[in-house]
Amino acid sequence: MSNIIAKLDNVTMRYGDKVILQNCSLDVVEGAITCIIGLSGAGKSTILRLLNGLRKPDEGHVYVKGVDICHMPETKLINFRSAIGFAFQFAALFDSMTIGENVSLPLREHSKMSEEEIEKTARATLESVGLEQTFNSMPSELSGGMIKRAGFARAVVTNPDIVLYDEPTTGLDPIVTHLLTDTIKRLRAQLNGTAVVISHDLQSIYMMADYIGMIFEGAIIAYGTVDELKKSMNPIVQQFLQGSEVGPIPL
Amino acid sequence: MKMLEDFGKGTTALIEYAGGVTMLGGETVGFIARARIRLTETLNQAYFLGFQSLIIVLLTSLFTGMVFSLESAQQAVQYGVGNLVGGAVAYTSVRELGPMLSAVVVAGRVGAAICAEIGSMVVTEQIEALQSLGLAPARFLVVPRLLALIIMLPLLTIFADVVSIVGGMWIAQTYAHINPDSFLSSARQTVGFEDVVKGLFKSVIFAIIIVLVGAYQGLGTRGGAAGVGQSTTGAVVISIILIFISNFIMSYMLFGVGH
Repeated sequence: MSNIIAKLDNVTMRYGDKVILQNCSLDVVEGAITCIIGLSGAGKSTILRLLNGLRKPDEGHVYVKGVDICHMPETKLINFRSAIGFAFQFAALFDSMTIGENVSLPLREHSKMSEEEIEKTARATLESVGLEQTFNSMPSELSGGMIKRAGFARAVVTNPDIVLYDEPTTGLDPIVTHLLTDTIKRLRAQLNGTAVVISHDLQSIYMMADYIGMIFEGAIIAYGTVDELKKSMNPIVQQFLQGSEVGPIPL
Repeated sequence: MKMLEDFGKGTTALIEYAGGVTMLGGETVGFIARARIRLTETLNQAYFLGFQSLIIVLLTSLFTGMVFSLESAQQAVQYGVGNLVGGAVAYTSVRELGPMLSAVVVAGRVGAAICAEIGSMVVTEQIEALQSLGLAPARFLVVPRLLALIIMLPLLTIFADVVSIVGGMWIAQTYAHINPDSFLSSARQTVGFEDVVKGLFKSVIFAIIIVLVGAYQGLGTRGGAAGVGQSTTGAVVISIILIFISNFIMSYMLFGVGH
């Protein structure tokens, strides 16, 4: 039986009158890469934000490492979040800092490392994503793919137990997409941790996913390995995987 | 009925806004009290927020002092009280115009910059990135800016006071032939050290208003570039209104009846 490191339990989430998630449940298996797929605006990114406490559900519970983080005060949550890496869709690097400073920041704020150790660790992390030469560059000097990899480096530099990736390959060419997918797999193995990836890119998901959850109309309607999902009899899943306009998904 | 509903909504929004700014202020003060301060960033902000505002503050104060002197000096000489012009210019500059004009200028420049920077960070997910790295935006962004402006705005006000008086003195001499010694002597007799301190106290309150309103507006930014623009306009307008209101209240309490 696989260990569950994080879990959404019957979560309902609304933005104003709009219901984003409705009784949504999801198990994140420890040591695996779980990918979440679904239509644009289906609530995929909201799931990631629930998992690190950036959003609180209106109903239901979110457990991370056995702790219900829904009722955790912000002061505790701030410290808790440092154990969860988050790679944002557009990297969200701090544009007033160099890449090295961006990657060093979590270490500088949360560890008792000396400046030398911080720089050494940050350089090693950048090297692991193939960006060792960008330590002194500003984010504006990097290409889209490099910025995303720098975002990965910042997310994993503290060796978090879980890394959340929000649409890591969106808007990139197939070669860079392949490179990033490979990087996610390698980082997961290197950290011996868990990854949750939101993506639309099915090729990329098939390459890296241990488990896939498909979200539709606010709930996870299918969950399983890549093969299990490909063989799913659910017409919504099949329509999505085939990218077909014909089927039960309203356009 | 609709009017009543709108009034209710407006009142609720106002209370929510005041509560939000107060909570942000409380959180910021909490970090300062626990000495959770980023010193280098505070110094950088002091340079950016203060030093780079110097020229515009000096120019505004110089011309205000000059125009005040221009309006009052000739009239004063006509009524035979030309020896009081220095006092009038200094009195107004130190107690009212220096602190308030500096604050209004800084609100337009610095308040807008703080709001636009933080607002841009919101729309590019940098604020969420901070939070996901376990860093509180109040400590990371607001504390350095607040400390920097609390130090720099009173300094700018001192410069503004001096330049305003010097400008007034020059105009009084040029157009009303008031002797500079007489002007300065009048200024010294009228304005005491206490007045200067009270004026600087006002500057500290204005600095708190500018930073907290700018940061709160920035953190509340929604949408893209248009959202940043709206927040920034709001930050400047709200700061300036609050500066005028608080200036009246402080003037009444510090210099009002019985003072």
